[in-house]
Amino acid sequence: MSWGFLRDLLSGVNKYSTGIGRIWVAIVFMFRLLVYVAAAENIWKYEHDEFECNIKQPGCENVCFDHFFPVSHIRLWALQLIIVSTPSLLVVFHVAYRENRQKHNQKPCRNPGKIDGGLLCTYLISLILKTGFEIVFLVLFYKLYNGFKIPRLVKCDIRPCPNTVDCYISKPTEKMIFLYFLVATSCLCIILNLSELSYLIFKHTTKCYLKKYMKKQQ
Amino acid sequence: MDWGALHTILGGVNKHSTSIGKIWLTVLFIFRIMILVVAAERVWGDEQDDFVCNTLQPGCRNVCYDHFFPISHIRLWALQLIFVSTPALLVAMHVAYRRHEKKRQFRKGDQKCEYKDIEEIRRQRFRIEGSLWWTYTSSIFCRLIFEAVFMYAFYFMYDGFRMPRLMKCNAWPCPNTVDCFVSRPTEKTVFTIFMIAVSSICIMLNVAELCYLLIKFFLRRSKKAGNSKQQPNHENKEETKQNEMNELISDSCQNTVIGFSS
Repeated sequence: MSWGFLRDLLSGVNKYSTGIGRIWVAIVFMFRLLVYVAAAENIWKYEHDEFECNIKQPGCENVCFDHFFPVSHIRLWALQLIIVSTPSLLVVFHVAYRENRQKHNQKPCRNPGKIDGGLLCTYLISLILKTGFEIVFLVLFYKLYNGFKIPRLVKCDIRPCPNTVDCYISKPTEKMIFLYFLVATSCLCIILNLSELSYLIFKHTTKCYLKKYMKKQQ
Repeated sequence: MDWGALHTILGGVNKHSTSIGKIWLTVLFIFRIMILVVAAERVWGDEQDDFVCNTLQPGCRNVCYDHFFPISHIRLWALQLIFVSTPALLVAMHVAYRRHEKKRQFRKGDQKCEYKDIEEIRRQRFRIEGSLWWTYTSSIFCRLIFEAVFMYAFYFMYDGFRMPRLMKCNAWPCPNTVDCFVSRPTEKTVFTIFMIAVSSICIMLNVAELCYLLIKFFLRRSKKAGNSKQQPNHENKEETKQNEMNELISDSCQNTVIGFSS
């Protein structure tokens, strides 16, 4: 089980997405998943070993690291990627349900992946959930780490550290660059989700309105 | 998810590329991505552990490392490769969109549609003309810009392409100016120069491809203008010849990789 599973999942979702949805999938693959696996993971690999405090007191480094990094950036990033991709499963399940129903009822072939009726509602819900999760994770990052900056030095005075001790974080600049990259791609994905939402609502409202107008004419 | 997935995605674009585009893709995968994964990552693997400063002051090494390497070479290359590969996705999306439109026409039973079944639409190779020409040319242009930007970023951040053996650091909390030694500087310099050389080759390939596409575009236009002035019989012969030539130029290589599915 690895990121390949998520990639296969999203490839499946791609089939039933709109054009904007496919751009979203491409951005998640290239700028989030691939960057995470190929670059970001290695920066945080030895973060605990390379976290150094100016003290020989046993346990002080551990305690300070735990205090400043309750959940590591890289783990939060991975969780964000998984949770943000999951609402797309709702669409896949709904399409599978439709296909199953068609088989049992032996109805004439109608495209089960067409975004209308119940599938439209499911698709809209998945978009709202995706956007919601993105915003939640961005807020979580901001609140947990007091902004998106990573300082070189943090001062720690938790027991068993005997007094206020200087602790140095490894590769803070590189981590900050990748953190900003994460925030930028998250924001881009939020914008894409909101555009797709607006596009679908506008398209179907126009369709409904035109249908009613045609009926009235008749 | 790794570089292999990128290979699968870009492999689909390969089918609709020119010959120079196919060479570019091969150079990208063999001389850049493969070298990065198989060799370069190992050279830079122990970079912070083996970055040694002549001081026992805790924190000095961390701070000096961060000062001299704001972003590691290896990460910058990975980002460069991702950004440079991304414009090819524009072409893949355009082709997928065209296929989708043709499938829609086919399903509606449009009499203009010349395909026998959906499989033929899936397998069809689109020629680089019309709006696809613009998408393709824009993607090459974007690639060029990204390559140039990243090469400049490298040069600017590391004051050239050489990795020094010794760096002098006096950032706090180092008590005074301290000597810090980089691990494997010569090997890193060799790989840096190699990657820069291959980037330059890729830039030249992209420029050549751009010129080729522009020349082909203007030739086609002048032929069309020439043909419209001549007689119908002669026009048909010239058009057939031109079509054959275009087919020969476009069908120079074969692709066996399954591409970015629509």
